Amino acid sequence: MNVSYQRKRYWNEPTLTAWERAYLPEIMRGLAVTSTVFLRNMWRWMTGRKGALTTYYPEETRVDYAPLNRGKHVLTQRPDGKPQCIACNLCATVCPAKVIEIEAGFDPTDVAHPKFPIRFEIDYSRCIFCGLCVEACPEDAIRMARETPDLPTGDRHRMWLGLEEMLTWQPQRDVAKPYPPAGDKATAGGLP
Amino acid sequence: MTQDLSVALVFIVYAMGMLITFGTVLTWVERKQAAVMSDRIGANRAYIRIPFTQFKMIWWGLFHGIADGLKMMLKENFQPRTYDRIAYAIAPWVVFTPVLLVFAVVPFGGTLDPGRLVPALADWFDGRTYPMQIARLDAGLLVVFAFSGLTIIGTMLAGWSSANKFSLLGGLRAGSQMISYELVMGLTVLGLILLFGSIDLGAIVRRQSGIALGFLPAWGIVYQPFGALLFLTAAIAENKRIPFDLPEAESELIAGYYTEYTSMKMGLFMFAEFIEIAIIGALFTTLFLGGYNLPYMSDAGFTLPGGITLAMSHGAVVLTQLVVFLVKVLLVCSFQILIRWSLPRFRYDQVLAFAWKFMLPLALINLVVTAVILWSHGGSL
Repeated sequence: MNVSYQRKRYWNEPTLTAWERAYLPEIMRGLAVTSTVFLRNMWRWMTGRKGALTTYYPEETRVDYAPLNRGKHVLTQRPDGKPQCIACNLCATVCPAKVIEIEAGFDPTDVAHPKFPIRFEIDYSRCIFCGLCVEACPEDAIRMARETPDLPTGDRHRMWLGLEEMLTWQPQRDVAKPYPPAGDKATAGGLP
Repeated sequence: MTQDLSVALVFIVYAMGMLITFGTVLTWVERKQAAVMSDRIGANRAYIRIPFTQFKMIWWGLFHGIADGLKMMLKENFQPRTYDRIAYAIAPWVVFTPVLLVFAVVPFGGTLDPGRLVPALADWFDGRTYPMQIARLDAGLLVVFAFSGLTIIGTMLAGWSSANKFSLLGGLRAGSQMISYELVMGLTVLGLILLFGSIDLGAIVRRQSGIALGFLPAWGIVYQPFGALLFLTAAIAENKRIPFDLPEAESELIAGYYTEYTSMKMGLFMFAEFIEIAIIGALFTTLFLGGYNLPYMSDAGFTLPGGITLAMSHGAVVLTQLVVFLVKVLLVCSFQILIRWSLPRFRYDQVLAFAWKFMLPLALINLVVTAVILWSHGGSL
């Protein structure tokens, strides 16, 4: 048995210069780098700026959300201010997190849309912001705005978004669907 | 007699309060400094709300240390099924207590004259003065090394009694590493002892109060720059922190010798580590940075070059000395944290080779050179 241990040689063995092999100068360089960053950030902090790019989330919100950001849910409205939602429950059915709860009401005076939501609630403690509810809606009644919901709270039972908050959105400013609609056909379209 | 006891009591309360505060605050400083060094924000959420108001004292997250302590105390006290319950139970204390005891011989201020400080007590104290130091032992440095050597026993007890292979490995590593670096630490200080001719820490600090070479403060680091560097390196290795944290290397040994410890028992190990940062800071300040001394400052006030004197009252002098000591200690602690967050960990064989093949010869060379220079100058500089 004449087995002597031989360390494997790799084709890309790391090469250190004598300066790097001396170790101490490189330590000094590393310490200089970290302490420079430290002092620079401290100086920025002392002069009222921020060293880190981090946003203090609940206190500060980012301004650079994308225009198509899937944020807070909004319900579009008819010209008379009622929700465009017909309480068909498609969004609640497609929702993978099962966070949408709709209670339907019946309004015999509105012949075109007799079914409307009395209660429309979303549990934001479980919502995953996938946007499937927006995709599923046949009436373009639910959309996701660019703004984020005011989520952070100490109590998860307060993270429900109700009908009132979702109807605050002003559809007049929406370029995709101008209000009031061009013809009466659009509003009367449902029943023959 | 009563006077001495009361003054000693005040000193002990001050020193304990200082160490506990340092231990708590350093946990925050460590996280915050690491965050600022890497362009992050760091711990900033823990706060204390003033009761019955909505006013929250956040203070940049300074209370995270308290939150940590509270969490440690409320955790489940899990115990492994070990056969050596006594060793398991006392190991954290064997680590923690000597760390506090080391500070007993470190002078944290100059001479205190309570009679001048509080004129109402002048009669009672009858002109007695006290150096601000808990125990005035002329064996100061020996006591320091004796006590800091005791913590090795604690780590090895913890590693042995946990009935866990990872703990045992960590304990073994801790034992060999700490013994190696203890030796280096002692040798680096020998040069300083030769230079100052004393092992009494109070005397060593008093010897550093003057001016060297006309413009530099006569601090140990001026006479012994290599000694200072080696001492700091060995002390960090002794404290088992990165880059020398092999005994608890979390990527290989979970948490090393305190893997099986939970709740406040584990907290004591952590707390001892953080207090030891402060102790190393205090020792380095005392031995190499002139302790409580500022250049040109004496017990009467400042004597600037050019004959300008600034007289200070006794209270102002005492306060300045205390603050100067604390600031120096905090700076050294901050430097240790800088090292901890800058350097990668050594391999285990590298750690021991570094101690025996690099640091030990350098410490010996430092000692020999110091001895030769002192001999050629006739015994003292």
